[in-house]
Amino acid sequence: MEFKTFVFYFLAVIMVFAALRVITVRNPVHAALFLVLTFFNAGGIWLLLQAEFLAITLVMVYVGAVMVLFLFVVMMLDINLDRIREGFWSYLPVGALVGVLILIEMVMVLGGRYFGLDAMPTPPAAQEGYSNTRELGRVLYTDFVYPFELASLVLLVAMIAAVALTLRKRKGVKYVNPADQVAVRREGRVELVKMSAEKE
Amino acid sequence: MEGFLQPVVDLFGPAWPAVWTLIKIVAVVAPLMGAVAYLTLAERKVIGYMQVRIGPNRVGPAGLLQPIADGVKLLLKEIIVPSGSNKGLFILGPILAIAPALAAWSVVPFDDGLVLANVNAGLLFLLAITSMEVYGVIIAGWASNSKYPFLGAMRAAAQMVSYEVSMGFALICVLLISASLNLTDIVHSQGEGRFHDMGLSFLSWNWLPLLPMFVVYLISGIAETNRAPFDVVEGEAEVVAGHMVEYSGMTFALFFLAEYANMILVSILTSVLFLGGWLSPFGFLPDGFHWLALKTAMILFVFLWARATFPRFRYDQIMRLGWKVFIPVTLVWVFVVAVWMMSPLSIWK
Repeated sequence: MEFKTFVFYFLAVIMVFAALRVITVRNPVHAALFLVLTFFNAGGIWLLLQAEFLAITLVMVYVGAVMVLFLFVVMMLDINLDRIREGFWSYLPVGALVGVLILIEMVMVLGGRYFGLDAMPTPPAAQEGYSNTRELGRVLYTDFVYPFELASLVLLVAMIAAVALTLRKRKGVKYVNPADQVAVRREGRVELVKMSAEKE
Repeated sequence: MEGFLQPVVDLFGPAWPAVWTLIKIVAVVAPLMGAVAYLTLAERKVIGYMQVRIGPNRVGPAGLLQPIADGVKLLLKEIIVPSGSNKGLFILGPILAIAPALAAWSVVPFDDGLVLANVNAGLLFLLAITSMEVYGVIIAGWASNSKYPFLGAMRAAAQMVSYEVSMGFALICVLLISASLNLTDIVHSQGEGRFHDMGLSFLSWNWLPLLPMFVVYLISGIAETNRAPFDVVEGEAEVVAGHMVEYSGMTFALFFLAEYANMILVSILTSVLFLGGWLSPFGFLPDGFHWLALKTAMILFVFLWARATFPRFRYDQIMRLGWKVFIPVTLVWVFVVAVWMMSPLSIWK
């Protein structure tokens, strides 16, 4: 077996196992950590496909930022397993429907004739000096610049909306204004009083 | 050299590349561990002298064997796993802290061509690996099942994620003007320009045109490694030792090693990205690894100096500095550098 094939199966087995554990494990913190492992192995598989920019970005964004905040939230929650299990049967039909839909879509895409080996042959090996990052940047900022800008605009709107939704002004909150603190001078705080010495 | 090594190569046969890589990894990690050990001594000595004390001077001549004694002590101590803790994750925490701290060294160039893995996306790899450092702290804090570690972990998560953003923007400026993600290329790109031709190479390094970014990167680096004055994560007056409260023996030592290895990493990266790496500051002096070591040592001294000088930041002040000062400054400076590069005044043609 070629070394690359071995690495692929090594990463793939761990990834599938971790992905299964995400939904079977009881503890939500463990589930989040298994999701981290899944992302990490997916990054490894993308590296095998010579998509180093996407692989490293996957690790950086999902493992390094998204999942940290996810864990942050999950750890703060007081999770009652009994109450979660209560709703299981009422959510099952919706969940099953979504699962079946995803399965059908995957079968249609992967089993169809558009993604077979004859329709999509292995791309030729990259020549010397090929940089995945440079190529991706060139395509993103020239050929697909409008969709790219549109996507970033949508994200910006979502971000501002999230901030605006959670922003609330409360009355009676004490907070310090750093500008005022920096502007403090000795004269405003200390008063020297001249007085004669007191005797007992 | 080739003929000398040939019997060894034959001995391992097809496994030789793996063995050779292992040897190279050891050649990087072993000196690093030595540097970490003596950085702890240097820290205690430097802070000692700054506070008009002598510092450790009992073990060995002038206290030079103190780190060895500390290491042996930590190795021999019992590892206590709290009964209410999550055992697997409790052990996993320190391992996840040290692993990224060591893995990041694989792309650090020490000299021209002297690098473990000369990858094209080196800078990106570093960003990804260093962004994983926070997991060790969070997992340790949660798995300890205790209040102080949990508070420390929450602080760590918020702080490290915040400062990563400004650090990333500072790096974007560097890669804008170097037009490369490869760390060796970034160093080479600093060794050219008008000042370099005049023999004043140190003025052509990135720190001068990117001065605000250099400062932001250095301060964010201190915050990212949870060092004083940003050490609210383990602020001993508030949360005792933060995520490390329940750890003892080698599990504690791993956190310690990770923290100091990260300090050295941030220092060496600052040298590589902003201070010209192994390039010599003057045209008539030869380049070499000793320049990188010297620059790194200087920045490490700044770390220790800051610890001895500044009182700890309050938590809301840390968040304010990260989100309301550094991120706007870096965002504006990315824009300024981009416009500067496209204008006729560009110095990076």
